Amino acid sequence: MENRPQPSPPRWIDRLLTAIIAPHFLEDILGDLHEVYARQIKSGPARQARLRYLLAAARYVRPYFMKRKPGSYSPTYIFSPAMIKNYLKISLRTLAKQKAYSFINITGLALGMAVAMLIGLWIYDELSFDRSFQNFNRIAQVWQHQTFNGQVGTQTSLPFPIGDEIRRNYGADFKHVVMASWNNKHILAAGDKKFNKAGSFFEPDAPDMLSLRMISGTRAGLKDPYSILLSESLAKAYFGDADALDRTIKVDNKLNVKVTGVYEDLPHNTSFRDVSFMLPWQLMVIANPWLKTMDDPWRPNAYMTYVQLIDHADIDQATARIKDIKKRNINKEQLKYKPDVFLNPMRDWYLHSEFKEGHRVGGRIEFVWLFGTIGLFVLLLACINFMNLSTARSEKRAKEVGIRKAVGSVRNQLITQFFTESFLVVGFSFALSIALVVLFLPFFNEVADKKIAMPWAEPVFWLAGIGFSAITAIIAGSYPALYLSSFQPVKVLKGTFRAGRFAAVPRKVLVVVQFAVSIILIIGTAVVFRQIQFAKNRPVGYTRDGLITIFTSTEDIHKHFEAVRHDLKANGAIAEMAESGSPTTETWSSTSGFEWKGKDPEQSVDFWFDEVSYEYGKTVGWQFTQGRDFSREFATDSVALVVNETAVKFMGLQNPVDEPMTWFKKPYKIIGVIKDIVVNSPYAPHRPQFFCLSAGQGNVINIRLNPTSGSAASVAKIKETFEKYDPGSPFEYEFVDERYAQKFLDEVRIGKLTTFFSVLAILISCLGLFGVASFIAEQRTKEIGVRKVLGATVLSVWGLLSRDFVLLVGIAFLIATPGAYYFLNGWLQKYDYHTTISWWIFALTGLGTLTITLLTVSFQAIKAATTNPIRSLRSE
Amino acid sequence: MKRTFLGEFEEIVLLVVAGCTEEAYGVTIWERVQEHTGRSISLSAVHATLYRLEEKGFLTSEMGGATAERGGRRKRFFTITNYGNRALQEINEIRQQLWRAIPADKLQPKLSFS
Repeated sequence: MENRPQPSPPRWIDRLLTAIIAPHFLEDILGDLHEVYARQIKSGPARQARLRYLLAAARYVRPYFMKRKPGSYSPTYIFSPAMIKNYLKISLRTLAKQKAYSFINITGLALGMAVAMLIGLWIYDELSFDRSFQNFNRIAQVWQHQTFNGQVGTQTSLPFPIGDEIRRNYGADFKHVVMASWNNKHILAAGDKKFNKAGSFFEPDAPDMLSLRMISGTRAGLKDPYSILLSESLAKAYFGDADALDRTIKVDNKLNVKVTGVYEDLPHNTSFRDVSFMLPWQLMVIANPWLKTMDDPWRPNAYMTYVQLIDHADIDQATARIKDIKKRNINKEQLKYKPDVFLNPMRDWYLHSEFKEGHRVGGRIEFVWLFGTIGLFVLLLACINFMNLSTARSEKRAKEVGIRKAVGSVRNQLITQFFTESFLVVGFSFALSIALVVLFLPFFNEVADKKIAMPWAEPVFWLAGIGFSAITAIIAGSYPALYLSSFQPVKVLKGTFRAGRFAAVPRKVLVVVQFAVSIILIIGTAVVFRQIQFAKNRPVGYTRDGLITIFTSTEDIHKHFEAVRHDLKANGAIAEMAESGSPTTETWSSTSGFEWKGKDPEQSVDFWFDEVSYEYGKTVGWQFTQGRDFSREFATDSVALVVNETAVKFMGLQNPVDEPMTWFKKPYKIIGVIKDIVVNSPYAPHRPQFFCLSAGQGNVINIRLNPTSGSAASVAKIKETFEKYDPGSPFEYEFVDERYAQKFLDEVRIGKLTTFFSVLAILISCLGLFGVASFIAEQRTKEIGVRKVLGATVLSVWGLLSRDFVLLVGIAFLIATPGAYYFLNGWLQKYDYHTTISWWIFALTGLGTLTITLLTVSFQAIKAATTNPIRSLRSE
Repeated sequence: MKRTFLGEFEEIVLLVVAGCTEEAYGVTIWERVQEHTGRSISLSAVHATLYRLEEKGFLTSEMGGATAERGGRRKRFFTITNYGNRALQEINEIRQQLWRAIPADKLQPKLSFS
């Protein structure tokens, strides 16, 4: 009957429609479409018919036709409210049933998350340093590289005229050029209030450049030479809530200035946080008229220079232009120092400002990396724990899966169930970790010298936290959810199911990783503390105890120095006192003008140098190896020098005493050689150091307390005397040993933080180990029962359970030691004066870890070994 | 009185099904709707309306009448239910009442010469 083929519409459209349209609609719709097509193909060209067919077919792509008709069986609910309630209920019951396990799991993960959060906040704070300045991207500081003693040193101090020179000849690149002094303490007095506060002299553009937020007054406040800008907190300290504007403040008991503005305190994480007031640069020039009349103003480097680039200037090009600014202006003979000036952008000030041989080598960014790595590792440990425990525990639930499946659970419901549990635990951990962070933050801020607040309102924080939690939950939950739910109920319930031989391998690997990381952290902490202790024990070359330092900014004491000294010695408060240019623990000046016999005239040298008064050596306790101290009995001592041993070695002198030298062409003579003194960095090698007698006033008064009377009483007496002779200055003093201890602040801080993190890492690892051990002991209950019945002793059972873990820790130790050695050796190499890593640190750490492991495991092992075998064998 | 709401297009389709003398299925209904309204309407719109009316209980359907040009697929024949009938009558009554309420002069075309 069928003799010619029916013209049929394009097959692919039909196929698509078949896939798209719900089956119960499909037959008649497709039939109708074909019928219409058949009619059109008779009445018109085939192409047009096909096109129409396509257009008509396209109209069926809409939800109404796509929605499948529900089957005749009742549907399986996976996300209905009742099921969700059920998932939660079962999850909570499971957690409540295994309390110890839940506790370990939640606390462990919460600890890890809390550590990661703290470190994250810390890193965020470090990276956002200085970013609160509006012109952050445009501000730079002028630095210079100079070559001394054959090494390239890098510094921020620059000559006095450089600001004007930049403005005059290189100004095209810069919007602002601001000269500034070092941030020093000055006595500020207003009414009866008098404090010693740190502040700087700035050129008038500074407030604009630093985008100060003015509370009163204007940013133009530094234009008048007799003005001062106060930070908000300082204004409060002096004037309370009253208006500070136009009030008069006396600086260093001699200069009267008027408050022309109050600015909001600069945030704690900025480079200028310690600038509590700003004085006009012009005022410094007026107070120190010699600045204008220097013989060679380009020689001394003593001031800082900040610039703000114009909006589209390129910092590298600007650097290239000002690179030779000093070479063009200094004397010919100073060209041997090869001063290369460059711009250090603000974004590099805090984290990237360490230079070696004229190249940027890093800086604090290393700590950011260090702690970032530690944070990641601790988090990793916590996650490993979590996964280990979850998977270990979930194997016990194979039977549950079997029964659930047998009574009609579908796989998706099981998957959801396991994921719910995993998400619930992670959710609890996240909440707990936030609580922990809130709890620890004040302590952490104190240790890390930060002012970090919880970023409650920061969406990124929540996004990261919740995102991370979700990922952890998914990874940890995926094993039970995807693997366990695939079990065949028959096998599981009949007992023929067996976890594969290699099921425990990933778990073992994870334990090894965990302990390797912990061991590295422990060794790291030990080495950091060894290094600090090593440097602390370095002979300092003078006596720190009972020595105090008083910084002076007025000349009253200097004028009556002998009277003060006599009074104090007479009343038994002090043993000796003397003035010096720098505090004993540091050296603030260096000089290059020394010539001696046999010196290569082309050699550029830079020696630490300090001017001191008579009795300085006696006050601080110099240890002479040759020659003698300065003495009032020799008139010629005004041109005498005391040098340290390194200087003698450096100059290659055989008989240094009485050796003639010249200092800027003036004849000098060495009269004594002292043991090297630790100044500036306690890790740096000694450098040549020279002392001569001072003609004028020193910055510092050094006092040796009378060792036979109590220091508190002595200090009270000193205060009384000082206030008598210098009523204008508040009496403030420092103990040298405390000031010396401050040199270690950074290292001690790192030490404390790494200790904190290592302890947590160990704690987390042990929690995990404890959990895994308890799981294994439980798994082998029957085996242990049978062994005991056959005569195994408690000891042999204990050995049986502990052996595996000891082996794992051993492997971890073997992996960790070379890594730790490599990293720590690299770290130590950065310090010139550093300790060595001795083998016993490794041995001790290994032993310690082993002990902790055994203690952790033994609790479970002994519990298992002492159980009555009848109970374990009867259990089925 | 509670009654399922009928849209304008639904009403037309329902009327067309009611008015069919022979067996009514997708294509015939589609053609008639177009014919009566003079509008161009897609087949899918007619299908969707027919199914919806069936879901609401105004129509019932049964399969049958496969032909070769349909590729051997059966047609879905729609017939109006009693419920559908009553709905149409009610609508008509309401319409009539409303028509009667219009004053005669208002229906005259308005002339204005202003």
